[in-house]
Amino acid sequence: MFSEHDPIPACTQAALTGLPPRAGLGLKTGHFQQVLGSSPDLGFFEVHAENYMVAGGPFHHFLGLIRAQYPLSLHGVGLSIGAEGPLDQQHLKRLAELIERYQPQSFSEHLAWSSHGPVFLNDLLPLAYDTPTLNRVCAHIDQVQNALKRPMLLENPATYLAFERSTIDEPDFIAEVIRRSGCGLLLDVNNVYVSCINHQRDPLVYLDALPLHAVGEIHLAGFAEDCDSLGDRLLIDDHGAPIDQAVWQLYRQVLERIGPVATLIERDNQVPAFEVLLAEAQQAERLLLQSGGRA
Amino acid sequence: MSTQSAFAAALIDTRLPCPDGLRSANGADPASRFAVYRNNVQASLINALADSYPVVQQLVGEEFFRAMAAIFIRSQPPQSPLMSRYGETFADFIARFEPTAGVPYVADVARLEYLRVLAYHAADAQPIRPEHVSAALANPQTLGGLTFGLHPSLNLLDSGFAVVAIWAAHQQEQSLAGIGLNQGQHALVLRNGLDVEVFALDAGASVFIHHLSNGEPLLAAAENSPPFDLAQTLALLIAHNAIIQLSYKELP
Repeated sequence: MFSEHDPIPACTQAALTGLPPRAGLGLKTGHFQQVLGSSPDLGFFEVHAENYMVAGGPFHHFLGLIRAQYPLSLHGVGLSIGAEGPLDQQHLKRLAELIERYQPQSFSEHLAWSSHGPVFLNDLLPLAYDTPTLNRVCAHIDQVQNALKRPMLLENPATYLAFERSTIDEPDFIAEVIRRSGCGLLLDVNNVYVSCINHQRDPLVYLDALPLHAVGEIHLAGFAEDCDSLGDRLLIDDHGAPIDQAVWQLYRQVLERIGPVATLIERDNQVPAFEVLLAEAQQAERLLLQSGGRA
Repeated sequence: MSTQSAFAAALIDTRLPCPDGLRSANGADPASRFAVYRNNVQASLINALADSYPVVQQLVGEEFFRAMAAIFIRSQPPQSPLMSRYGETFADFIARFEPTAGVPYVADVARLEYLRVLAYHAADAQPIRPEHVSAALANPQTLGGLTFGLHPSLNLLDSGFAVVAIWAAHQQEQSLAGIGLNQGQHALVLRNGLDVEVFALDAGASVFIHHLSNGEPLLAAAENSPPFDLAQTLALLIAHNAIIQLSYKELP
């Protein structure tokens, strides 16, 4: 169905991200001092870009010091690439300024929307997968990559419902966006698991339908559990719990397929002591090493 | 209405029904799944306000705060992905919010807390070394035109309530007993290095600093203010690294 477009050569992993194939942690404000004081053996840190779109103060002070010691992944949560409206050019400019300032090894955003008109909804909202959405998402990613003068990574979503309008399967949609735009894939293994449980799919079948050759980074996180109106399991990607055993297992299967790739442990809610996150990073690092990585 | 219009409207206004055109793979009611997004949006926005306004939340209680925040969000959802700025108008909303009429000082506490957020993220600036400020003050030939540039984080708040005392009591889990709530206070908020600091000023000192931040020369600013202790106020500004520029205005 996409034959009308000329194929674009897929970028290699190395071109998509300069992050080392090691484990990294999301940088939490409560851990600034401890990171600087103990210089933990980690491959990289990741920050949410929007938190650092401020003029000055402690956030920039600490990020500057930590960036001097570690590779950095800049992860956007507010660009709203899937929005029906145009991209926020001011926001794109702010991203370009942050990239200029911190020279991160990677920039990533989500296959989702979070703004509608002037209103920002502060959540990653689901898309109807059809041809108009595909064209729009690809056009937005082109704008981002042109403005930032670098390829970006696009994260697969965790979703809780689907649209009657959708005509394209989610992994096929992602594969086509990546083929057309030349962006890479930020493979969130927790999102794969959460979405597959929520939509009654086999995670391995879903995984194998994704363009795994384009994975530039992996995310691992924990989820919360709820029930829908039928009493079925409804998993919520809340980044508020330790990584589930099922997600660790799926991660092993990902590494068997693609070898070691930079892997982030994400925790944004109920953030535990730094040591607890470090232990999860070390567990990921052991698996990376087993799959042929340097650790 | 576009798909995203209907979706967005029902996320912000929880009284609206679940949008059309949604489905669940298992046949479950889509509303039970849409509720996850609605809860995420509501909780994240309320939590963002709670992060910026912790003393307001303590003053009115968590349950009241979250209900009030939900009403604020419905009428004034965020207009920018920069969440640290969300809630700029929350204090004005609280001032007009009828259920808080019995605790009229809460709106000014919110104003103080927002100034703290602004100060925390304000631009960095190198303070003038105290000996350089002293030298400038000691030179009678240029003193008349001496003008201070103040730190970008510095802000003032004139309140009809004891806003600094109320705020300070909640930093140490003290009660409001013994605080004359209706004794107005003049707050000074600034960031000294990495730390945001809050002071209560005399009325005259507050007016003086207002004049300084409007670019009035030091002596004119002092003359145009009600009586206050100039030496003590300058010592405060110097000690807390609030002076970032010395310049000299041509006197008429």
